[in-house]
Amino acid sequence: MSEFVYLYRGGQRGASPEQSEQIMQKWATWLKQLEDKGHMKDRGQPLEAEGKVVKGDGKLITDGPYAESKDIVGGYTLVQAKDLTHAAELAKGCPIFERGGLVEVRPVMEM
Amino acid sequence: MQVEEHLFRRESGRMVTALTRIFGLDNLALAEDVVQDAFCRALEVWKIRGVPDNPSAWLMATAKNRAIDVLRRQKTAQRCAPELERLFESEWTLVPTVSGLFDPSVIKDDQLRMMFSCCDQRLSQTSQVALILHVLCGFSASEVAAAFLAGHAAMEKRLTRAKKVLSSSKHLFDLADREFAERLSAVQRAIYLLFNEGYQSATGEAATRVELCREAMRLAQALLDHPLSATGASYALCALLFLHAARVPARVDAAGDLLSLFDQDRSRWDAALLEQGRRFLTRSATADEITEYHVEAAIAALHAAARKVEETDWAGIVSCYDTLLRLRPTPVVALNRAIAIAQAEGPSRGLEELERITDSQRLADYPFYHAALGELERRRGALNAARAHFSAAHALAKNAAERRFLERRIEECGAQVPLTPVPAS
Repeated sequence: MSEFVYLYRGGQRGASPEQSEQIMQKWATWLKQLEDKGHMKDRGQPLEAEGKVVKGDGKLITDGPYAESKDIVGGYTLVQAKDLTHAAELAKGCPIFERGGLVEVRPVMEM
Repeated sequence: MQVEEHLFRRESGRMVTALTRIFGLDNLALAEDVVQDAFCRALEVWKIRGVPDNPSAWLMATAKNRAIDVLRRQKTAQRCAPELERLFESEWTLVPTVSGLFDPSVIKDDQLRMMFSCCDQRLSQTSQVALILHVLCGFSASEVAAAFLAGHAAMEKRLTRAKKVLSSSKHLFDLADREFAERLSAVQRAIYLLFNEGYQSATGEAATRVELCREAMRLAQALLDHPLSATGASYALCALLFLHAARVPARVDAAGDLLSLFDQDRSRWDAALLEQGRRFLTRSATADEITEYHVEAAIAALHAAARKVEETDWAGIVSCYDTLLRLRPTPVVALNRAIAIAQAEGPSRGLEELERITDSQRLADYPFYHAALGELERRRGALNAARAHFSAAHALAKNAAERRFLERRIEECGAQVPLTPVPAS
């Protein structure tokens, strides 16, 4: 088993509490599934949309967002899977796709 | 873990109340924005972290922190409640002041004041009830529209107008105001209307309507929590709501059909609600005033006291209706009185009383009037007349359960088989 990080990019938030609640419920179901099948290492954290970017030799600080909102990382989760293909396959269940977002699957570098 | 049903709806009223206290009632829109934002943030976090053990506390803490953020960002403290401006200017007093206003017991009192604010005499009774449902009970505009069986756009407009009136003052209603007594009866009236709105059609297929009854009961009980509003009339109102609510489980049969008070399986009445209703009624009697709520609750209690319909004290009920007719001389009260008289003295006497209702044309659109006429005609054996009245009631019925109820009655009167000509072959 190897470890992978899911980076959640984009995906519209709910427009109303009712809609947000439905979205939340779907996420809860999906993450629970990963947990039940022993794939979960760390549920991770949601991230604020705002932020700052520090860049270049001059260490110039600018305000985020960095690019288009569809690229913003909204959160991450640490999972374990057989290999990258397996990890990507598991990510297919993520509800983010219903809201126009994507999951970036990145293997954690092993020593 | 699941979010408990209606968590947001319930917490929203408490959050909006605390926030309008902080920002001033004239900043109701800002308060509502902060609440929406707190909900959406909570859900973003819960989405990944899971729902916390105490989601209510979590939501309140989020709303509180957002309020502090908003106040810090506003250098000119013009936007907040004037009496608190100075406390918000210094970082030393800002956080403790805001925390104090989020204290559960403070919120409870402020919610009561908000209820009084919503019952502004400049607003129609319907608008008052709509506003209470929206602001205090956290119903969205479309949920309020559904509660009133009204269109979404029309309700949205009504709520916008009502909120404008509500936020035209800076402060929540002060219970020490000299208009208190007048406002209290408006509040009681609004709660009564809210309950009726739900009760009239609180059937299996319209389960959401039971929620209106539940909200009305909750609001009525809130009146008892404050010494100023815990009057005899408030106790009587609570008694009335609880005694009626106790019958809800028996109002429909297994097939979801509506059952009249005469046909209900009384063992299905909710004993705990009946008991609570009776306790409220006892406490209401300490006041020297007799209100409509007292009399209506007394009638409900007399029904509740009869384990079988034959044991009902109809003479007692008729005398209650005599009193009620003096307090509220409306055709609907007269109609109910006539039905009680029919029970006590026979269907012909009931029909006599029905004919005597002076402005009975106001009942022409009321299905229960025609249903009562039909019922009394049926009992004295005039099946044809009965059938005609039941058919008239059927045409006016508001929901499917009522219609099925009347269809059964029409059938019992022996439906006429229409003569269809045999087709020539």
